[in-house]
Amino acid sequence: MIGFGCWTLFKKEVWRFLKVFVQTVLAPAVSTLLYLLVFGVVFEEAVVVYEGHSYSSFLIPGLVMMTLAQNAFANSSSSILQSKMNGNIVFMLLAPLSSLEVYIAFLGAAILRGLITGGSVLLIASLLVDVEIYSVGLILLFALLASGVLGALGIIAGIWSEKYDHLSAFQNFIILPLTFLSGVFFSIQGLSPFWQQVSAWNPVFYLIDGFRYGFLGVSDVPYLQSVWVALLFLVMLTGISVAILRSGYKLRG
Amino acid sequence: MSIPAIELHAVEKRYATTHALKGVSFRVEQGEFFGLLGPNGAGKSTLINIMGGLAQASSGKVEVMGHDVVRDYRNSRKRIGIVPQELVYDPFFTVWEMLTIQSGYFGLGRENHAWLEELLDTLNLTEKRDENLQRLSGGMKRRVLIAQALVHRPPVVVLDEPTAGVDVELRRALWSFAHRLHKEGHTILLTTHYLEEAESMCDRIAVLNQGALVALNDQQELIAQYPHQIGVVDQILDGELPQLLSSAIISRSRNRTQIRMPRVLDADHPLLQQLSAVGIQLDQLQLRDPTLEEVFLDLTRSAVEEEKR
Ligand SMILES: Nc1ncnc2c1ncn2[C@@H]1O[C@H](COP(=O)(O)OP(=O)(O)OP(=O)(O)O)[C@@H](O)[C@H]1O
Ligand SMILES: [Mg+2]
Repeated sequence: MIGFGCWTLFKKEVWRFLKVFVQTVLAPAVSTLLYLLVFGVVFEEAVVVYEGHSYSSFLIPGLVMMTLAQNAFANSSSSILQSKMNGNIVFMLLAPLSSLEVYIAFLGAAILRGLITGGSVLLIASLLVDVEIYSVGLILLFALLASGVLGALGIIAGIWSEKYDHLSAFQNFIILPLTFLSGVFFSIQGLSPFWQQVSAWNPVFYLIDGFRYGFLGVSDVPYLQSVWVALLFLVMLTGISVAILRSGYKLRG
Repeated sequence: MSIPAIELHAVEKRYATTHALKGVSFRVEQGEFFGLLGPNGAGKSTLINIMGGLAQASSGKVEVMGHDVVRDYRNSRKRIGIVPQELVYDPFFTVWEMLTIQSGYFGLGRENHAWLEELLDTLNLTEKRDENLQRLSGGMKRRVLIAQALVHRPPVVVLDEPTAGVDVELRRALWSFAHRLHKEGHTILLTTHYLEEAESMCDRIAVLNQGALVALNDQQELIAQYPHQIGVVDQILDGELPQLLSSAIISRSRNRTQIRMPRVLDADHPLLQQLSAVGIQLDQLQLRDPTLEEVFLDLTRSAVEEEKR
């Protein structure tokens, strides 16, 4: 049963990041644009990944996806960790909310934060360079899937972490490598067979590859395969998150 | 018989290194003003956390108004309002925002706003309505915590040391507020370290010590059942004293000594003999009932000593 309580928690989570809009939306958008300016300008002439597409057309979807993913992750993980550390998580825990409701509310807010941040990057980028669009539907689908997967990971990381060190370890040793080794700046077809094999196990690779397909109509693997992989991950992470919430692990002492 | 407001059955809680609750059972009836006393670390907050689902019992069963706090958590949580001991707050929001959020968690929307306004008014928070929680004083934050616990008008209200670190005026205000809630029909469970508070407000008192219930009764009976009385003599007893007598002395002040004595005293009781050896006869002693505080201290001290033995 998903009720008004869940809706309230979702609204509260959205409200929270909008209150610090500069830090949660603007700053990440600006830093991504710096990537675009630096890499886009330097490699524009020199690098061609897909025949017939400029390097910045290749780069933009990757950068947007990276911003979106990192912010979806940051939203759920840091909100949960902060309320645990401040102790105010008790307010939510005392309420008659089910584990599923808590999950949906945090996930929903993480997705929205991802979409808003990613969207801002895309919007500003489109003012600077030409952005190709192949299928708006696929772009949206992959944006949703990606912020969902990363938002769910953030929920797990937020519950598991006890201090910011833990969270940054999670970010630096898991999220960042997954993002950087997923083809934001290059196509994995340029990699050695070994690293191609490794990337095949990286969910973020499928998210970026499918997302880029929505822009360019070209991809390393068929986009339907990416949809299935992303869905599989989302379902798996949902199962894990809800089970953890239900067990009370690290939340209900 | 009506359903108890709170029913605890053999509640145990083990943490990695501590056995915080060692099988606690008791019930709080509807409409009671119930005091839960115990020294630091006795397990009071742990017990309260289990009632609200903030902690999970290792074994045993807890019901709030007949609803199991684990299996039927939605119903139990709707019926209990807990004011936590720690001054926690969400630094992102204002007082009003926090109250509407909390009320929303319980499924209540605009229709509840009149009640929230009333809470602000009663707790003297109206002026601080749009102030960020971070900018409120400790006492104000405490009031917000109370308001938050009451957004859903719970029949059972639990106050975990609401007067810790609170000035005299606010303490009075909180007590009259608790009284009012009680008069309006709420069941109140209160923990406090101020014994006078418990003495003046609570119908029944449970004393918890090291995770076990060591007493449970209404105050008069708690005192009446206590096997000791206090003998007061207008004289300072010092120097070398016989062992039994020296361990019975509970206080010395200016020119008066207070001695814990059995209620039933035979003329040849060794304590009386030792007293007369230092020149004090029974008729020089004023005998009185112990206060709740003295009973409490003794109950919790003897358990500590037993543990050591
Ligand atoms: N999360 C926890 N992990 C491990 N031990 C804990 C935890 N919470 C409480 N304890 C231990 O359980 C025991 C009971 O603590 P509790 O907070 O319930 O005491 P209390 O009666 O409320 O004390 P106080 O009067 O100081 O508030 C203590 O020994 C405490 O150290
Ligand atoms: Mg306590």
